Amino acid sequence: MIKIENISKNYNNVKALKKVSFNVKDGQLFGLIGPDGAGKTSLFRILTTLLIPSEGKASIDNFDTVKNYKEIRRIIGYMPERFSLYMDLTVQENLNFFATVFNTTIEENYDLIKDIYQMLEPFKNRKAGDLSGGMKQKLALSCALIHQPKYLLLDEPTTGVDPVSRKDFWEMLQKLQTKGLTTLVSTPFMDDAELCDEVALIQNGEIMSIDSPKNITQKYPHKLWEIITLNNYHTLKILDNFTNKISAFAFGNAIHLACSEKTNKEDIESFLAQNNIKAKSIKIINPRIEDAFMELMT
Amino acid sequence: MTAEKVIKVKKLNKTFGKFIAVNNISFDVKKGEIFGFLGANGAGKTTAIKMLTGILSSTSGEATVAGYDINKQRNKLKENIGYMSQKFSLYEDLTLKENIRFYGGIYGLSNKQIKQKTNEVLERLNLQKIENTLISEIPLGWKQKIAFSVAIIHNPKIVFLDEPTSGVDPITRRQFWNLIYQATQDGITVFVTTHYMDEAEYCDRISMMVEGNIKAIGSVEQLLVKYKSKNMDEVFIKLARNNENI
Repeated sequence: MIKIENISKNYNNVKALKKVSFNVKDGQLFGLIGPDGAGKTSLFRILTTLLIPSEGKASIDNFDTVKNYKEIRRIIGYMPERFSLYMDLTVQENLNFFATVFNTTIEENYDLIKDIYQMLEPFKNRKAGDLSGGMKQKLALSCALIHQPKYLLLDEPTTGVDPVSRKDFWEMLQKLQTKGLTTLVSTPFMDDAELCDEVALIQNGEIMSIDSPKNITQKYPHKLWEIITLNNYHTLKILDNFTNKISAFAFGNAIHLACSEKTNKEDIESFLAQNNIKAKSIKIINPRIEDAFMELMT
Repeated sequence: MTAEKVIKVKKLNKTFGKFIAVNNISFDVKKGEIFGFLGANGAGKTTAIKMLTGILSSTSGEATVAGYDINKQRNKLKENIGYMSQKFSLYEDLTLKENIRFYGGIYGLSNKQIKQKTNEVLERLNLQKIENTLISEIPLGWKQKIAFSVAIIHNPKIVFLDEPTSGVDPITRRQFWNLIYQATQDGITVFVTTHYMDEAEYCDRISMMVEGNIKAIGSVEQLLVKYKSKNMDEVFIKLARNNENI
């Protein structure tokens, strides 16, 4: 288990983490979801023994991150946001290097990385620096797994990665989970949260909510409507004057409008009609993690 | 009404040795449009943008941006475009006000214009209180908005935004898009790349690059119909995955 108890971290006057507590149970795929600057990386650096917390304590598998840092380093695989690959070494050399550092070989641990490495194999003699973003990410993951860690800590592995590679990556994580790995992964992409067993939503160094993705969206307190109009930008401005409105945000080609409980479809329709807006569709929808996140932020 | 075309690209090519990074692409962007330039990592987007912004010469083909030839009139071209990348080009050790002055100067604005623009930007972003704060001490979301305002300080005909919203919180991301809409109302054309597919849906038209080619181009609605998808995420995955279950 990864145990985080009342962790705070200050950099001079900046409070990067404020009394953060949560647990990641063995076998879980746990998501830490929040924007840049929320404190995600500070927390990862504390857990990976690279940073000492200002207050509080954390442990992995009952090893304290400060006192037992050597033991922790053996049982975790860590992928920092800027992949720690050697750009002037080839794919295979990188993997060999990381295996050697942990006193093991590629062959010994091939089983765990097989699926991922097979995608890299055609490029095994290419320098890491010449790989595309998606391939670099796969190589970095392979390197983090080469010593068969029990815990995998991934700090924004999908930032700057296109939707296809991102989807592939999450499928890989779910597959690794079936092999018994416990994973803590951070991401600014709210949609990724829905693929985790449990998520912590973090903002300004504070945890806003911890729960399963399903419960987080179920806790969303308002009735949520999806409205599609010809010019959503204009409609959003007009909705500022809608008295039943609690919040309104653009969501792709639609608007998500949270309204007071008693609001019905006719109320919205007639308000829009008064303002010469004809809606292409108005319907009640289930909130997504991003709706919940924005609700908690405001 | 035929809209003026601010970007015209005809059979544009870029090869590095044997590698074809951009393969005979052709497209136009109309004045005032928000044009989403999508593609997988390594599809050739960055190379194409470098050519369109006059940083990299093309191997063959032709293109004009803001009316200027991308190979022959690079300086004129650069004066008439704005550019903002995911790594914002603000100077961390200068204050907000100094950064605005610096970029105003680079783009040849007069002192009077710089003063006026500075007030305009600070007011629009509501950041008067921190005008003398170092950029390094300003939160990321604000920096992004500042970087955008600075990129259009010289009223360019077109602004290129390369993954401008990477990593910011969902509310700031939407505020950023409001700035984009405002800019288009002032007649600025927006050329934007993003990995957020909901943002792709905010664009008037989208092109999708796959392995150096433009594989699809059109409005969101057209693409959703054509690729029988319920959102752009699905369109992207169908197009980027080769021959799989399409």
